Amino acid sequence: MTDVRLLVQRFDPFKDEEPRLVEYKVPKREGMTVLDAILYARDYVDHSIALRFSCRQASCGSCGMKINGRPRLACYTQVDELAGEKVVAQPMENFAIIRDLVTDLGSFFEKHAEVVPQLVRSDLQEQEHPTSEYVMKPEELTRVLQFTYCIKCGLCTSSCPTVATDSEFPGPQALAQAYRYTADVRDEGGDGRIAILDTPHGIWRCHFAGSCSYVCPKGVDPALGIQLLKRHVMSGHAPRKAGEGSPTAKAGIPAHGPGSGSSSGG
Amino acid sequence: MVGKLVEALRHDVVIVGSGIAGLRAAIEASRVSDGKLDVAVVTKLQAMRSHSVSAEGGTAAVLYPELGDSLDSHAFDTVKGSDYLADQDAVERFVREMPGEIYQLEHWGLPWSRREDGRIAQRWFGGYSYPRATFAEDKVGFFEMQTLYDTATRYGGIHFYQEWFVTSILTEGGEFRGVTAIDMKTGSFVQILGKAGIIATGGSGRLYSFATYAYSSTPDGMATALRAGIPLKDMEFIQFHPSGLIPSGILITEAVRGEGGVLVNKDGERFMKRYAPAKLDLASRDVVSRAMMTEIEEGRGFKDQATGLDYLHLDLSPIGDEKIKSRLSQIREIAIKFRGIDPAEKPLPVRPVCHYVMGGIDVDIDGATRIRGLWAAGEAACVSINGANRLGANSTAECLVWGKFTGAEAARYAAGKGAASTVGEQVQLEEKRIFDGIFHGKGGTNPYEIRDSLQRLMAKDVFVYRTADGLSEALRTIRELKTKDFLHCEDRSRVYNTNLNDVLEVESMLIVAEVVIAGALARTESRGAHARRDFPKRDDKNWLKHTLAFWGPDGLRLDYSKVTITKYQPTERHY
Ligand SMILES: Cc1cc2nc3c(=O)[nH]c(=O)nc-3n(C[C@H](O)[C@H](O)[C@H](O)COP(=O)(O)OP(=O)(O)OC[C@H]3O[C@@H](n4cnc5c(N)ncnc54)[C@H](O)[C@@H]3O)c2cc1C
Ligand code: SF4
Ligand code: FES
Repeated sequence: MTDVRLLVQRFDPFKDEEPRLVEYKVPKREGMTVLDAILYARDYVDHSIALRFSCRQASCGSCGMKINGRPRLACYTQVDELAGEKVVAQPMENFAIIRDLVTDLGSFFEKHAEVVPQLVRSDLQEQEHPTSEYVMKPEELTRVLQFTYCIKCGLCTSSCPTVATDSEFPGPQALAQAYRYTADVRDEGGDGRIAILDTPHGIWRCHFAGSCSYVCPKGVDPALGIQLLKRHVMSGHAPRKAGEGSPTAKAGIPAHGPGSGSSSGG
Repeated sequence: MVGKLVEALRHDVVIVGSGIAGLRAAIEASRVSDGKLDVAVVTKLQAMRSHSVSAEGGTAAVLYPELGDSLDSHAFDTVKGSDYLADQDAVERFVREMPGEIYQLEHWGLPWSRREDGRIAQRWFGGYSYPRATFAEDKVGFFEMQTLYDTATRYGGIHFYQEWFVTSILTEGGEFRGVTAIDMKTGSFVQILGKAGIIATGGSGRLYSFATYAYSSTPDGMATALRAGIPLKDMEFIQFHPSGLIPSGILITEAVRGEGGVLVNKDGERFMKRYAPAKLDLASRDVVSRAMMTEIEEGRGFKDQATGLDYLHLDLSPIGDEKIKSRLSQIREIAIKFRGIDPAEKPLPVRPVCHYVMGGIDVDIDGATRIRGLWAAGEAACVSINGANRLGANSTAECLVWGKFTGAEAARYAAGKGAASTVGEQVQLEEKRIFDGIFHGKGGTNPYEIRDSLQRLMAKDVFVYRTADGLSEALRTIRELKTKDFLHCEDRSRVYNTNLNDVLEVESMLIVAEVVIAGALARTESRGAHARRDFPKRDDKNWLKHTLAFWGPDGLRLDYSKVTITKYQPTERHY
């Protein structure tokens, strides 16, 4: 049995001046994920390693971190799929570090809440006391579906160069969700959301680096969502055409991160 | 870390847990009070990370009576599935409430899968006589959580305490006063006082390591309730889902069999035809899990070399490539990512896996506990609509219905009450227990190894089939584990100390495991998910009753309570 050389970035704000990498030896087993490896170190070598995790199946969004330099979910990354003989786990970029691998996502969740991520309707009485469903054709559902898969893991926002330089920019996660609700045929809140986002720090700050879509583990394409929001503002039409000619593809950037497409999802 | 005065926060309604039940309760409490009440949701995770996101296959409700479904049929299927241990008045209330909840979530934005005509689609699920599992691809719980969380941000007056670990329930004279909690980001110990409370801390599935559950599903809430004097009900009934994926137990949803997947043994035989000739692979879960263990014990299983686990095959080929890729995309992704198998090409290795606990905090039909002003909802509670065996798709449904009921009840109760007063002495004792006892505690035993030992004994002696010998042995071992010196914390930091939480969780696990085992040993019959090799028959004369486990200074005490039967008389079950 070989060992995995696991390096975890440690930082306790009360004790440490600077983050440092600490190496742990972890016995390897078949099918081991990076989360398995870190938990082995935490349970049997050093109980003080702090990290977030819960579902261990890429559904809850807890375990986003930088693994060998790239934003990934620890539970969804096989040790074997990483190149090189070391596994290096570090906290996500663009967020303050609380401790070790744990980052502060407070403002990330606030930005999500600010884009009105709910179905907005004028028939409040019906919405709160339903008599039946709002009809939605399967093809109308399909148009928004990929954007609904977002697990709020923060990986896209951690990879975004605009977020790194403009703290007022909502970030790819929030903007993709603004698109998700606006493009839903049942929703009437598009204009309200656009009013919030049609600003210099809003959608127009995105200059389409595309890294968000590349790192998303759930096959969401936030860059596409942002482009469609922009198109909506310019055309003055409801953005209900996600299926049509993807600007992401036109720009020559992969439309989805690895492992996405029809096999992806929450 | 230990302050002289413990800070007190005050709210009208204090909800512990932010899964489907906790979030639904929070919205209802806010809604019935028009946003006037101040509602706190205290949760040890970031709110939207709760275990509920893992629910995949469906939520049961009668949506199409005009096509032949009926409330009566949903109720009967549920009671029959429960092996007649469900309280039938609660079941009747439950099925009536459910259609409204499906439409409510739809109106809040949930992307339910649709029929061609744009109405909500439904599919088959094990144990039902009509395809009434409402679904959103195979991410039902995820979308329910997303919809509830996103919608909750719209309601006024809901305050989230995220990554706050609740350690105890405060009471005075049989009345709820609040909870104590550790704020993980700062390490401070705080009392959150409330006029009314709801415990929605989920199930205790992590008593097993081969489990479909999230790591966070430890019985903290159940143990705090026991300590506060509330009994746990029917804890010996634990559902083992037929299909956990080797090696870690990730769920392969029943929807796979609903869509046409079949279980096959080593001889290539569809063995379910010998156990459940009518329902075959879609018989209720206990029936299928027992059949699988019998196949394995009689030598018709396969063995996984790496883990030593025995398994059977789940063959998806009858479903067809296209449907596997469209309707079961998440399962396909999981199989590829966690086992390296594309189920469109090869069968999946599966075995029974801990999946759901039917038991929980004893509550009445409104979700009220024995403590005035305190309710419990969701998997943490036992109403009971699930009896000895829950049907799939009924538990997310239960979370919604009793989330709503308890939210409304708690809000009404709180509206009529004056400000909550503190109970200083209890808070100080709790602070001592945690900080003097554990944070500054000493000991040589690794708490994570205690957890491992506990999980091993549960897998060995408290699994699908049980015997008096095995259970007695398990009880002895668990009492021995409790005497080990594991109550200490190696991590000395105040900030985000998960080591401290983990020790608290292990302590809760030991208490609740003892309740499970004692209840199972006492119940000398087989019913639903509780299968005794030495008592293979259901015994209605002596055991048509709920187990109640009380915790006191002298340890554990068992008592029993009546099952409510309205119109469905117990008969033998055939599938
Ligand atoms: C893989 C899988 C698939 C499933 N599929 C289905 C399905 O298709 N249909 C169906 O009906 N059911 C399904 N279930 C069952 C269903 O998911 C659960 O019963 C349900 O989600 C439980 O929700 P809950 O709200 O009671 O609690 P949970 O979602 O478990 O939430 C518990 C909450 O309590 C909090 N908490 C716990 N302890 C503490 C503490 N000490 N302090 C503070 N907070 C605390 C947690 O942070 C969390 O927010 C499935 C279960 C599994 C495991
Ligand atoms: S869009 Fe993708 S990467 Fe971004 S938060 Fe959502 S799931 Fe994570
Ligand atoms: S632990 Fe839930 S996404 Fe990794």
